[in-house]
Amino acid sequence: EGAAWTLPSFGRLSRGPMFGRAHGLSPSSRLLPPAPRSQLNADPQRTAFLLRKQWTLYSVTPLYRFSNAHLRGYARLLSAFIAAEKQKGLAVEVGVELDIKVAVSSLPDLKGSDQDQAAILVQLSSRSPASLKNSEEKLIWSGWFCSVSGDDLSKNVPEDFTCLPLFLVNGAESYTSIVGSWFQKTFDCCFRRLAISPLILSWMAAMWTGCEVEKTASAMELVFSVPCLPQPLDISYAIHPEDAKALWDTVQKAPGEITQEEVDVFMDCLYSHFHRHFKIHLSATKLVKVSTAIASAHCDGIIKFLQSQYLTGVLMLLTELAISQIQ
Amino acid sequence: HLATSLPLPPETDRVRPRIDMIVFMIDIKSKYSLKNVEASLAHVDVNFFLGKVCFLVTGVGRVNYCSVEMNAIWNLGEVYCSPVLFCELELEGTRVATAQRLLRMLEICAGHVPGVSALAFGSLMRNSAYV
Repeated sequence: EGAAWTLPSFGRLSRGPMFGRAHGLSPSSRLLPPAPRSQLNADPQRTAFLLRKQWTLYSVTPLYRFSNAHLRGYARLLSAFIAAEKQKGLAVEVGVELDIKVAVSSLPDLKGSDQDQAAILVQLSSRSPASLKNSEEKLIWSGWFCSVSGDDLSKNVPEDFTCLPLFLVNGAESYTSIVGSWFQKTFDCCFRRLAISPLILSWMAAMWTGCEVEKTASAMELVFSVPCLPQPLDISYAIHPEDAKALWDTVQKAPGEITQEEVDVFMDCLYSHFHRHFKIHLSATKLVKVSTAIASAHCDGIIKFLQSQYLTGVLMLLTELAISQIQ
Repeated sequence: HLATSLPLPPETDRVRPRIDMIVFMIDIKSKYSLKNVEASLAHVDVNFFLGKVCFLVTGVGRVNYCSVEMNAIWNLGEVYCSPVLFCELELEGTRVATAQRLLRMLEICAGHVPGVSALAFGSLMRNSAYV
């Protein structure tokens, strides 16, 4: 039976749900995440390790008969599974025999509302048997399941299911497939890579530009990939954060809410400015990456969180994307 | 006849045959193509919108490459009272089927199908757009 894991390719041609008029995949407006909560509830230290790391995104269907009370047991079972996979010859490291230790814990701070399940963190550490004396443990892989304001999914799901639609991974793909297979087998769920379309990336650019950050914020950067060329060409467009914010402030009308129209106007301004200088129509290219002081996102479904106070805000949008992919 | 935008160059006005149907192609991966179509629409005589115009949206096979918001396209179809068709040019089957469909529509618009007018067919089309 082996690892029943195939890396889902999102280059696959598929008819998405977006063509139905009734489907809410591209809502015309979204609520902005609330201003960063005071540090009463969330201790930034506990989630600091999530920042500045590259996380690959997946959507996960609800987990059947998953329980927060059995995390230690799950860690043991997963550990045994990994050892078994290694026995079968699916070892990931050639040469050095690594002893893999599994830790499964709960991150109660990462949730949007009380209806959300607390996030679950899975960490793989290695300890080289040669240095048993030091028993130095090195974190080699992390993956966490979370749900921030995932009520759309959880309200429609029967009792035995736990909704944690967003899965974020940092580490080798080989470990991801082993851990993923174990979860799929044990909880009857399904993982799929979550890609981010250029449309959603422009939402992120607009939403994140509007966030208040301290003066030393980094520039906003947009990366575009030019299609139909014999050699791939990427265009990088960097904008001073204060200019970007000033532009956004003139565009946005109702505070606390963003509409598709406002995002379009914002992006169009940036595109026409670029066209004026370089005579290139960025609107004919594909937006592949957005970087702001809050976070950076790549269309292949890769995210990096840069500010702890906006962590849940970004997770809220990602949860929404994951849920759209599942439904 | 294929054109990248409207209006058509005036030099060829004399030699141009009668235009029976206009298909506006929007590539869902390119916001620019939408803007281009929107600008070109302004140059079309209003009589064409009685069943002789349709919008063809391409690139729909890859949902994650979408740069154009669907609501904007539905809106266009409604405002200009014209059907919206979807097609994935990379798939031969869909390409051929769409071409056949467009040819059939052209026959009707040119008046070659007795008993069916462009206007009547256009209003039928508007409610079923899927390839």
